[in-house]
Amino acid sequence: MNRRLLIPLVATVALLGLLYLGLGIDSRDLPSPLVGKPAPPFVLEALEDAEVTLTEQDFIGEVALVNVWATWCSTCRAEKPLLMELAQGDIPIHAFNYRDERESALRYLSVSDNPYRTIAYDPAGDAGIDWGVYATPETYVLDAEGVIRYKRIGPLTRQLLLDEVLPLVEKLRAESLREEPLGSEARRVAQS
Amino acid sequence: MIPRVSCLLLAWLLPAGLAMALAIGEPLEFATEAQQRQYDTLVRELRCTVCQSETIHESNAELAADMRRRVYAMTLAGQDAEAIVGFMVQRYGDYVRYRPPLQANTLLLWASPFLLLVVGGFTWWRIVVGRRHMAAYPAFTRRERALLDRLSREDTGRQP
Amino acid sequence: MVAELGSFALILALCLALAQSLLPLVGVRLDDDRLMRSARFLASGQFVFLSLSFAVLTWAFVASDFTVRYVAGHSSLEQPLIYRLTAVWGGHEGSLLLWVFMLSAWGVAVACFSQSLPREMTARVLAVMGMVGVGFIAFTLFTSNPFERIVPGPMDGRGMNPLLQDPGMILHPPLLYMGYVGTAVVFAFAMAALLGGRLDPAWARWSRPWTTVTWVFLTLGIAVGAWWAYYELGWGGWWFWDPVENASFLPWLTATALIHSLAVTEKRGGFKVWTLMLAIVTFALTVLGAFIVRSGVITSVHAFATDPERGVFLLGMLSLTLLGALTLYAWRAPRVGLGGAFAGYSRESLLLANNVLLTVACAAVFIGTLYPLALDAFGLGKVSVGPPYFDAVFAPLMLPLLLLVGLGPAVTWKQANPGETFRQLRWALLVSGVAGGLWPLALGVWRPMTALSLMLAIWIVLTALLDIRKRMGSARQPFATRLRRIARPSFLGMHLAHVGLALVVVAIAMVNTYEVERDVRLEPGQSASVGGYDFTLRRMESVQGPNWEADQAIIDVTREGRPVAQLAPQRRYYDTHVGMPMNQASLDRRPTRDVYVSLGERLEGDAWSFRLYYKPYMAWMWFGGLLLALGGLLAAADKRYRLASRRAPRQRMESAGALPGEVTS
Repeated sequence: MNRRLLIPLVATVALLGLLYLGLGIDSRDLPSPLVGKPAPPFVLEALEDAEVTLTEQDFIGEVALVNVWATWCSTCRAEKPLLMELAQGDIPIHAFNYRDERESALRYLSVSDNPYRTIAYDPAGDAGIDWGVYATPETYVLDAEGVIRYKRIGPLTRQLLLDEVLPLVEKLRAESLREEPLGSEARRVAQS
Repeated sequence: MIPRVSCLLLAWLLPAGLAMALAIGEPLEFATEAQQRQYDTLVRELRCTVCQSETIHESNAELAADMRRRVYAMTLAGQDAEAIVGFMVQRYGDYVRYRPPLQANTLLLWASPFLLLVVGGFTWWRIVVGRRHMAAYPAFTRRERALLDRLSREDTGRQP
Repeated sequence: MVAELGSFALILALCLALAQSLLPLVGVRLDDDRLMRSARFLASGQFVFLSLSFAVLTWAFVASDFTVRYVAGHSSLEQPLIYRLTAVWGGHEGSLLLWVFMLSAWGVAVACFSQSLPREMTARVLAVMGMVGVGFIAFTLFTSNPFERIVPGPMDGRGMNPLLQDPGMILHPPLLYMGYVGTAVVFAFAMAALLGGRLDPAWARWSRPWTTVTWVFLTLGIAVGAWWAYYELGWGGWWFWDPVENASFLPWLTATALIHSLAVTEKRGGFKVWTLMLAIVTFALTVLGAFIVRSGVITSVHAFATDPERGVFLLGMLSLTLLGALTLYAWRAPRVGLGGAFAGYSRESLLLANNVLLTVACAAVFIGTLYPLALDAFGLGKVSVGPPYFDAVFAPLMLPLLLLVGLGPAVTWKQANPGETFRQLRWALLVSGVAGGLWPLALGVWRPMTALSLMLAIWIVLTALLDIRKRMGSARQPFATRLRRIARPSFLGMHLAHVGLALVVVAIAMVNTYEVERDVRLEPGQSASVGGYDFTLRRMESVQGPNWEADQAIIDVTREGRPVAQLAPQRRYYDTHVGMPMNQASLDRRPTRDVYVSLGERLEGDAWSFRLYYKPYMAWMWFGGLLLALGGLLAAADKRYRLASRRAPRQRMESAGALPGEVTS
């Protein structure tokens, strides 16, 4: 047997291994380069009141979630009960109302729960580009200094909250307010 | 306006491979021809990140439209191509560039065609030199020759 | 009950394929003539049952049997009959059925046309075809059965993707699949040679026509695909370097290399080991293509609905194929001879250079396609590799190849004299250099790449003409004699294909340099101009199709006031796919240019957006593709591939048993 002719065999095994690894990857699982960077600036009207102008400063101050949603997004509706639980557990949630209509968004919030503390109205997706939004829903975690620490593309799930989001929120809070571990309460809420 | 479900969600709901109508919006006006050229090049090199495999020029997804609008606005504001691509990469990662940048993790990608050509050229040279030196070696064994003759008996064309 | 019949026929075909992959080999081992011959009957039987299966699925579409899940997903009551028929291969499951059906058809073709091959050879080839059949039929049956039911069935189906409801759908998939599946025949011949342990010129001669015909189908499949994308997608592109397109292009590149290396193997007994490798790789690349398209491992516009289970199955098949073939290769290939000596400047060495360039180009496309996956798999980041990369890498590799295309046929086997070649081709060199340099000048914009491409295209055409003139011989002889001298199908086929390539090169160079694209906003009565043509919107109207409604624009195209054409681009809304309008572009095609209009969205008031194109020389691309295929067909029809059987029917040569046979397509 000619040893040189084994080269293709070896190369093939490597290729097959690669393809097998590739099967396990979700190629739509997209990266979040903004993680670790400060929240990008924006200037938008508030959803409730066109006279009020919101900027990224309105989202910053304590550890908070930023959720991107729209009324036409059915996944966002499905996700909202979880957000309600978080809001009741005293985790502030800010939001971008993304590519939506003001009236329908307000109507939707008036007939159902509203988990959001601040809602910036982004009808043209301007802040969406700045924040690197792919699609609704998306959720960011900001620390008290306004640095993006986590990003989820797609709906939150209870499992994800318990495994990733809440521990992170707790840790970030511990970093900023060492004596007041509020996160444990939030976790109790989410588990109930 | 009835907002369409964005393309990524569509991709989850429907069988993949559903390209949608082409994106032709309001025609754009540019101050200079250079700006127009820059815009035309950039929209063909940026990837619609929520689509299957399309540039933002081709895609009809809303995100692609937003990205086109941003490229347009930044171009009009006098930013150069590098700044605009940099802006997009900061938000969507290298994934957004159809022209992969030359950096550590793409070194092999850009170098490999060149390396392969060198290896191929070297192989060619070695084989050619090798064959030249076995000049006495006949092309075919006697049996093969007989076979070929039989095959070629009716070959009317010239034989080498 | 009819659909169950289809499943049942598939199961029977699987059993026959299993038998076909074993019995003939046992027959060879035991030297049992009956067992070896059984391969023919088994191949025919497999074909009969797969035809039945295919007919059943077709019937389910014709009868709109929505209790069959696949029919419900790809057809609807209002879908016109022709698109109900093409919907048979409009999705993953049905296209696989088409695939295995065609595989069995190739099997029968091999069985029929190999009557005079040595029986061991036929037995081995058909056994390998049987193995490939087992793999794909099992894949269809166990992961993607198109006959699966849903009870109760829906009242109406979901309809086929509107993008696929187009005449291109009739031709493109069957042609491309014929090519894909044909690589299995090429592979089977290579495997049979390795199993038998002998590779002689006769083997090359037998497998050459199959390879060429396979290549013809691949060429046509890709060309029709590009032609379809060009007018259907409405953005005027014809090649996007999308992973799925690359998946079809990779085997085409290796098959092209294979055709040329087989020439050396047949004529000079050289490159045997390499030829075998190319045959294996070509088939492996088609299986890899199926994996890429159907497993979802790489995102692509064209990908089918994906399912990891299918990916695992296909990967298993790919592994078996590759590992089996390469092990056999590593074990057996070294035994075969090296072939004749040749000088540094000879047709062999140029064909070797051709193979090096094609292989490197293939490897570059391969790497570009899989690189993002590799980075992702190792957690090294996410990148996209798109047209800018492929254009940058591919074009420089093709330019020297085009030079070789003109040079190769003028250079003799074994040893040639560069001075002689130069004397023979100097006029071609001079004329192509000057004409290629001036042509773009006449069109207004001179770019080095364009000029170079045009020079090379002219070079190919001129050298072909010179070679034909040389072959005709002295002008003093009667014209009929001279004509007879060049009337060799393989000779003419080669030059025809090369000229076809030159036309494609012209089209690519022209359209890349001189195309004009413009987005405009038009109200009825307004006009805009592109590339010297004026487009006036006459009116907007509504059109009703069988299963769609459309907005249609009536546009008059004029040039310097003289009417050129009336175009009617549409924006179609399909009943079954709400919110997914489709563009139907409208073109006026002329030999040296297309004008092309796509209808965009409605803007405020009566205004609509349009995209207007001026695309020079596009017709040359399609005509060139046709010539490529025609050249291949001519070459495959050369009578040296079938004459010997008439000469010496059934006469067996020694135990090695090499009898040249009727191997044509």
